[in-house]
Amino acid sequence: MLFGETLVIAVQSIRGNLFRASLTTLGIVIGVAAVITMVALGTGARAAIDEQMEALGGDILSINSSSWFSRGVARQTNTLTTADARALAIDGRHLGGVVPEINGRQQVKYGNRNLNVTIIGTTPNYPEVHHFNLAAGRMFTEADDSARRRVAVLGSEIPGMLDADAASLLGRTLQIRSISFEVIGILGSKGSWGWRNPDDDIWVPLSTAQFRVTGNDLVETISARVRDGATIEQAMLDIERILRREHGLLPGTDNDFAIFNRKQFLDSRQEATEVFTYLLAGIAGVSLVVGGIGIMNIMLVTVTERTREIGIRKAMGATRGNILLQFLVEAMMLCLFGGGLGLAVGAAAAYFLAEFAGWQTQISSASVITAFTFSAAVGLIFGMWPAKRAAGLDPIDALRYE
Amino acid sequence: MIRLENIERTYVMGADTIYALRSVSLSIAPNEYVAVMGPSGSGKSTLMNVIGCLDSPTAGDYWLNGHHVSSMNDRQLARARNRDIGFVFQTFNLLARMTALHNVEVPLIYSGMKRRVRQARARHALETVGLADRMLHRPSEMSGGQRQRVAIARALVTEPSILLADEPTGNLDSITGAEIMKLFDKLYDAGNTIIIVTHEKAVAEHAKRVIRLIDGAVTSDGSPGASR
Ligand SMILES: Nc1ncnc2c1ncn2[C@@H]1O[C@H](COP(=O)(O)OP(=O)(O)O)[C@@H](O)[C@H]1O
Ligand SMILES: [Mg+2]
Repeated sequence: MLFGETLVIAVQSIRGNLFRASLTTLGIVIGVAAVITMVALGTGARAAIDEQMEALGGDILSINSSSWFSRGVARQTNTLTTADARALAIDGRHLGGVVPEINGRQQVKYGNRNLNVTIIGTTPNYPEVHHFNLAAGRMFTEADDSARRRVAVLGSEIPGMLDADAASLLGRTLQIRSISFEVIGILGSKGSWGWRNPDDDIWVPLSTAQFRVTGNDLVETISARVRDGATIEQAMLDIERILRREHGLLPGTDNDFAIFNRKQFLDSRQEATEVFTYLLAGIAGVSLVVGGIGIMNIMLVTVTERTREIGIRKAMGATRGNILLQFLVEAMMLCLFGGGLGLAVGAAAAYFLAEFAGWQTQISSASVITAFTFSAAVGLIFGMWPAKRAAGLDPIDALRYE
Repeated sequence: MIRLENIERTYVMGADTIYALRSVSLSIAPNEYVAVMGPSGSGKSTLMNVIGCLDSPTAGDYWLNGHHVSSMNDRQLARARNRDIGFVFQTFNLLARMTALHNVEVPLIYSGMKRRVRQARARHALETVGLADRMLHRPSEMSGGQRQRVAIARALVTEPSILLADEPTGNLDSITGAEIMKLFDKLYDAGNTIIIVTHEKAVAEHAKRVIRLIDGAVTSDGSPGASR
C-alpha cells in the first residue's frame, strides 16, 4: 500500500521538474547507451567469428609449402604433391579427411558472358570436408578424377553471374581457359567470410586441373580434418611425421611445409575481441558512474528543496524508513527512466552501426537486463546518501526551514 | 492523558545556554480545552512541539496516554504523531503541490489505510470543516482561512486523542480567526481534547483553562477569568 503511494509521490515529483529530471538522467542515458552499444558490437563480432568457425570448420588444418621463406627470397616452389595427400590419407591415423587443392583465377566463358573467377582443382571429398551441400546435380567422382574428365561444379552464385537459371545449366558446357567443361553440379551457398567468397568459385577434378593447366602433380594446399575424438595436436604430429618422411627430411632440418591451425587463429581473435569488448564496456561503465554522481547531486538539491515537505510528512507520522524509501525510489526511478531511454538510444546506435557502417551488432537480453540492473544499482547507491540525509532530518528543524 | 514532569529544553548557542523551557510540570486530562499564553519567546511553541512529539526535551519525563515518550524510538514517535496527535500550525504547513483532499489524506497514508477508505475519511473531514466544495483545490488557490481549515481537517482525520494548535489564528484576520475558533469550540463540544497557543485574549477566552508561560516557566495555571 505505502509502496504504491511512494511510487505516486515519486512520479509526481519527477513530473513537477520534468526538464531538470531529463537533464539529470542524461548522464545515465549516455552511460547505458554506451554500454549497450559496446556490448552489442562485441557480441556481434563474437557471433561473426563463431559463424566463420562454423563455416570454415574449426577442426580443419591447412598445410602449405613453406619454401618461399627460404633465404629471404620469395621462391615459387611448391613442395606438396598429390602423393603427399595420398600418404596423409592412408597413414594419418588422426586425420578424418584429406583434400589437396590447386587454385587460380581463370577466364570462364558461357555463351556471350565472360567471368574471371577462382577455379579450384580438388578431390571429390572436398564438399564433405569443407561442409558444403550440393544444391543440384552431383559432385565429380574418383572415376571423373582418374579419367581427367572435363567436368565442373559451380558455386551457388555462378549461375546468377552467368545470367542463367541454375537447373538449366546442368549438362551445359562452359569454357574455362578456352577448354570445354560440362557442368555437372551446383553447390549450396556458404556465405562469404571476410576476404573470400567461396560461392563464386568453380571446382574441377584435381587431375584434370593438373593435366590441363599446371602440367605436374604439385598441389598448393592440403586441408586435413581432425578425426572425431582426436586432438588437434595429435593430428598435427601425424601430419609432420608423414610429410617429413615423404619429403625425406633429415632430423634437425626445418619443415618445408607449414601447418595452419584455423581454430587457434579464430580462438585468439575471439579472445582479443572479448578483451576489447570488456575494455570498451568498462569505459562506458565509467560514464554510468559519472551519471550516478549527477543523480546524487540533483537528489541532494531535491532533498534541500523539499526539507519543509519532509518536516510536514514526519509531523504527520512518516517514519525515517518512509522518507528513506521515498527518496530512494525517486532516485531509482530517475535512473531506470534514464536506463530505458539509454537502452533505446543504444539499440538505435547499434542498428545504425549495423545498417550504415556494416558492423555486425547483436543486442542480447543479457545486456538489456544488465543495463537495467546497473541503472537500478546506480540509483540505489547514489540515491542512498541523499535519502539518508532526508530521513535523518529532525522534524522541527525541517519544519522551520525556509 | 498528558503528563509532563520537570521538562527542560535548552539550546546551546556558543558559550550561552538558552532555556526555552525550565522545569515545566503539568498534566492535562481528556476533553480539556487549554489555552497556552505568554509573550513572544516565552517557550509556548517549544512546549507544543514537545507535547506533539516533534521535539525532544533535554531533561525531564513525558507520558502520553500512559506511554513514556522520552524513551520512544523513531517508529514509536512516528506512530504517536500519527495516531495520538493532531497538529495545527500557525503557517498551515500544507503540501503546496497537492490538493486539499490529498493533504488531508497524508496522515492516513502513513497509518497504512487503503485508498478508498482513506479518501472517504478525508472527504468527511473536509466536510466537517466546511470545505466540501474546495476538495480539489491546491493551497495556492485558497484563502488563509480555508488553508487553516484544511490543516484542521488534516489534524482531525486520524481521530487523534489530542488536538494541538500553535497560534492557529496568528496569520488570519480577526473575522476569519473567530470562525476558526468557532470550529475549535465545536470540536471541543464533540469531545476532543484541545490545546491552543495564543497571545490574543479573545482567543484564550474560548478555553476552560489557561496556562501562562514567562521565560520558559509556568507562572499561572487556572480558569481564564483568573488574574495575571
Ligand atoms: N532552534 C532554536 N535555536 C535556538 N534557540 C531557539 C530555537 N528555537 C527556539 N529558541 C529559543 O527558545 C525560546 C522559546 O522559543 P519559542 O518556543 O518559539 O517561543 P514562543 O513560541 O513562545 O514565541 C526563545 O528564546 C527562542 O529564541
Ligand atoms: Mg511560537
